[in-house]
Amino acid sequence: MLQAPEITPELIEQDKVYHEMGLTDQEYQSVKKILGRRPNFTEIGIFSVMWSEHCSYKTSKPLLRKFPTEGPQVIQGPGEGAGVVDIGDGQAVVFKVESHNHPSAVEPYQGAATGVGGIIRDIFSMGARPIAVLNSLRFGNLTSGRVKYLLEEIVHGIAGYGNCVGVPTVGGEIQFDACYEGNPLVNAMCVGIIDQKDMQKGIAAGIGNTVLYVGSKTGRDGIHGATFASEDLTEDSESRRSNVQVGDPFMEKLLIEACLEVIHSEHLVGMQDMGAAGLTSSASEMASKAGTGMEMNLDLIPQREQGMTAYEMMLSESQERMLLVVKQGHEQEIIDVFEKYGLEAVAVGHVIEEKQFRLLHKGEVVTDIPVDSLAEDAPVYHKPSKVPAYFEIFQQMEEYEPNVTDPGEMLRTLLQQPTIASKEYVYDQYDSMVQTNTVLAPGSDAAVLRVRGFDKALAMTTDCNSRYIYLDPETGGKIAVAEAARNIVCSGAKPLALTDGLNFGNPDKPENFWQMEKSVDGMSAASLRLNTPVISGNVSLYNESNGQAIFPTPIVGMVGLHDSLEHITTSFFKNEGDLIYLIGETKPEFGGSELQNVLEGKYFGKAPMIDLEVEATRQEALLTAIQTGLVVSAHDLAEGGLAVALAESLFSQLSFGCAVEVTGDNTTALFSETQSRFLVSVKKENQAQFEQIIKDATVIGNVTNTGQLIVKNDNQFVIKEEVAYIQALWKGALPCLLKSKA
Amino acid sequence: MKKIMIHITLKEGVLDPQGKAVQGSLNTLGYDAVQEVRVGKYMELFVEESADIEQQIEDMCAKLLANPVIENYQYTVEEGVTQ
Repeated sequence: MLQAPEITPELIEQDKVYHEMGLTDQEYQSVKKILGRRPNFTEIGIFSVMWSEHCSYKTSKPLLRKFPTEGPQVIQGPGEGAGVVDIGDGQAVVFKVESHNHPSAVEPYQGAATGVGGIIRDIFSMGARPIAVLNSLRFGNLTSGRVKYLLEEIVHGIAGYGNCVGVPTVGGEIQFDACYEGNPLVNAMCVGIIDQKDMQKGIAAGIGNTVLYVGSKTGRDGIHGATFASEDLTEDSESRRSNVQVGDPFMEKLLIEACLEVIHSEHLVGMQDMGAAGLTSSASEMASKAGTGMEMNLDLIPQREQGMTAYEMMLSESQERMLLVVKQGHEQEIIDVFEKYGLEAVAVGHVIEEKQFRLLHKGEVVTDIPVDSLAEDAPVYHKPSKVPAYFEIFQQMEEYEPNVTDPGEMLRTLLQQPTIASKEYVYDQYDSMVQTNTVLAPGSDAAVLRVRGFDKALAMTTDCNSRYIYLDPETGGKIAVAEAARNIVCSGAKPLALTDGLNFGNPDKPENFWQMEKSVDGMSAASLRLNTPVISGNVSLYNESNGQAIFPTPIVGMVGLHDSLEHITTSFFKNEGDLIYLIGETKPEFGGSELQNVLEGKYFGKAPMIDLEVEATRQEALLTAIQTGLVVSAHDLAEGGLAVALAESLFSQLSFGCAVEVTGDNTTALFSETQSRFLVSVKKENQAQFEQIIKDATVIGNVTNTGQLIVKNDNQFVIKEEVAYIQALWKGALPCLLKSKA
Repeated sequence: MKKIMIHITLKEGVLDPQGKAVQGSLNTLGYDAVQEVRVGKYMELFVEESADIEQQIEDMCAKLLANPVIENYQYTVEEGVTQ
């Protein structure tokens, strides 16, 4: 095996060492052309991480450009650490979602924990106080021991980090499907609040200004794939060493407080967290954005381990580190703030006029790269795309029309499906109340947090039904955005904007790229029509195991604004005698439904159709009705259709029941997953006024005090279930599946 | 009966927030000589004699007692103990 000092620029070219770092021959030649010489080992390492998909979006950029990113409410769109949206009163909400799929597959506890830590840093590096975290998780079926282990450890990791750092974990979702068995998805979203005047950007402006390194020391964390660079690699050293990143939430808490104090200093010029590709990406991006260069002396970098090379320092993904640019001559004032919190802050370089990224190590220049070539001039690929054969077949299929003979039994089965079952087992492990602003904790359609000192609140949710997207990426993409917006509207808030966590398989396969392309098209159309621009996001590709890609999973994280705390609405029925309305008509649509999963064990056919005009009109009308005070509870219809939605609306107070009358085919009426539908309860005296606002609402029954969920069709009982009993099944399903032996 | 003494330590290169906290406290108490602290686990297992007990201990460590992705384990065996 090669040793670091021996890897000369000539050897890199000759042995194509860059292949192991993920660069192609063509990319290597571009690097050579940019530098006008052969890159050395550190330089080629820097190019490889900066030109990776994670940092450069080289594959997804042509698609991301399609997203609508502007609107009167948007203060900062994609490009900074996180997006920023106006919420009035000089305040703004800052949010972003990020994936940590691959680290979580290797070491689930730490992978999930550092995912949470990373996204929180993205938020406070903008100058915002993190107020909430949400998580969107995907796992294989809970029949395998490995999947159970992954679920338990990932949840522990989120709880371990989130609960210690003092940011409430308020929501998210979990879905289970076989395609995630070898490749779980862990996407974390963080939301923060900021006074607009305090907004920070990650820029390195002002020639001569000082670059400060803040936080944890740099170790060899997260340097994968290129471990051959570290000394001599024998079998033994491999088993002794580990490059897994470990999170330190207590350190992060100190960083939050110190950084949020420092933003008020007039001497701070820019601030960015060291995320993926740590020091390399933060430093070069800050300089590139400011149109400057940067010079750093790596001997000054606080190091956790002996004998670290320049390559290792630049590629390390050690957690809880920040890079700051401060005005020359005022370093000490900033350093003093960090010292007060017991944090190390060290001057490691300065901003230079020449637009170069220059690094010194042990008296030698080890890197000298034009800074724009890293951040701006990364290659962009237009991958070929091809309609997958399965899609053609699914589109040709006859409508799938199942027939359920015992709807009551089917309802009980559906409520115990892990995707539908209560996630209480999971969110009970999270502190959802710390900071004491949580109005609606996990369990309703969206989480709601009040904005202290004002009569307003923020609603937030994450959503993505990847089954529909697999069947039909464009339609499924629209549905993902629409469903997130539905959840926000049901809570009584107006949707503001969204962040996307795009998780896909290998984009080099044209079929996978087609899925990406189409789902982005669908999401763009929906976010345009629903006026929820895309303000930040993350792309995670190559989510495959054994050559099998995951379902395309573009997760939508959405935030909405309540104009008044009075508008906050839950999905639960609240008074006996209230009328139950179903908004929207129901068609027999079962492609990608939970019912199809239960009956067939697979997904096929067409995804439910969605008309964005109808969706938008209905959402606006429902929001008006809620804001007028006419709606007692509102719930969107999702997996499992009307039957599951009715049951869920009854699960907060078991003494309530419902008496509902359906017409036509029972299976369709109860279990179809037709889109753009809502289940709403309304006081009797408001009936006329409510129906005036919402034209396509039908009374289907009323809330009772019998503790029974009753559905009749033509005066015949279709479902008659004890609410307490089915609630127990729904609550117990997940813990039961986790405890049963694999 | 055999007594198995198992030491579990973090692998080299893995950040140890607990060790860092202990080190900080020791330094605060004035023990400036302490440059680094790494915290591990120690376990004692009392097991019945059986032919493949060493293999069983290996399995126990790999499957449950240690996390082989970030931790190393080693153990020593004391023969003929009475609990």
